[in-house]
Amino acid sequence: MLQNTDANTDLAVRSLDAICVNESRLEHKWYHNLKYLVVGIFFGIVFVKAEVISWYRIQEMFRLQSFHMYGIIGSAVITGMISVWLIKKFNVKTIYGELIRISPKAFNKGQIYGGLMFGLGWAMTGACPGPLFAQIGTGATVVGVTLLSAIAGTWVYGRIREKLPH
Amino acid sequence: MIEFLKQPWAWYVAGPLIGLTVPILLIIGNKSFGISSSLRHICASCMPANIPFFKYDWKKEVWNLFFVLGIFLGGAIAINLLSNPAPMEVNPELAGELTRYGITDYRSLIPQDIINWQSLFTIKGFLLMVVGGFLVGFGTRYAGGCTSGHAIMGLSNLQLPSLIATGCFMIGGFIMANLILPLILSL
Repeated sequence: MLQNTDANTDLAVRSLDAICVNESRLEHKWYHNLKYLVVGIFFGIVFVKAEVISWYRIQEMFRLQSFHMYGIIGSAVITGMISVWLIKKFNVKTIYGELIRISPKAFNKGQIYGGLMFGLGWAMTGACPGPLFAQIGTGATVVGVTLLSAIAGTWVYGRIREKLPH
Repeated sequence: MIEFLKQPWAWYVAGPLIGLTVPILLIIGNKSFGISSSLRHICASCMPANIPFFKYDWKKEVWNLFFVLGIFLGGAIAINLLSNPAPMEVNPELAGELTRYGITDYRSLIPQDIINWQSLFTIKGFLLMVVGGFLVGFGTRYAGGCTSGHAIMGLSNLQLPSLIATGCFMIGGFIMANLILPLILSL
């Protein structure tokens, strides 16, 4: 059996169909992850307060009945673009002194087929993966079923990945 | 201050705050912003079933699970401490359309008339929650990311594949919301 001990092999597998791969080589104690928990909490609060997790706002977006979601996504992208540009321009390092790296992504047909499928699901559930977690947090326990179904969808994708056009 | 925070936040406040997540995650640990990957790490950690796609060291991406746990907690904090008692204000045109499908309750961010435990066992509820959820999980992984990974992180890094994916998310959403969802909601 092939062992996944080689770090490069492992990164290659993790990079499959994932635009966001963690490339840090540093090893930390588990509690260093608590800072991501804090960022997540801040993020979840913004999600709820700006009604990003609202089914109604998503319906308005896809019916061109409100500028709200377009304004949020647009200004988030512009903020992100300026940030990434500044990080690259000034070779900003992480708080651990590591050089920041963002992996580029190649085109494959999955971005079209999968993108369309996700779009259909997004308008049905009124939530992309992030808002699912926040919606459950707001007490909508039944959304836990939607989340489990999304996990099942990811699992089935992994199971039949080789048979799909990419 | 708290009263101010309790109102719904404007797009020009929320958008830049969401965008700032990109540099924050990069600077505090070289992490690229993305949420749908967490679903894959859950599969890899709980039921890899010898599938090559799930055979990787998920512990290296455990930060992502802390992040989504935080989003869950953030949702709970916002609704309990900062919630706005007024019902949601939606576009009158949308409200008019939804009334025809029996959706009239705007007290919650999600329509409790159709998204609840009883409706889960009806065809309409099953389609909306179970089939919809499946499409979200399958589609995001097939596309290689979701709104956060492609639309925000990918576009921030000027990735053409992310622009294509984001365009397809929108096309899929427009087709569902305008052409298919009215049929489902009529069930």
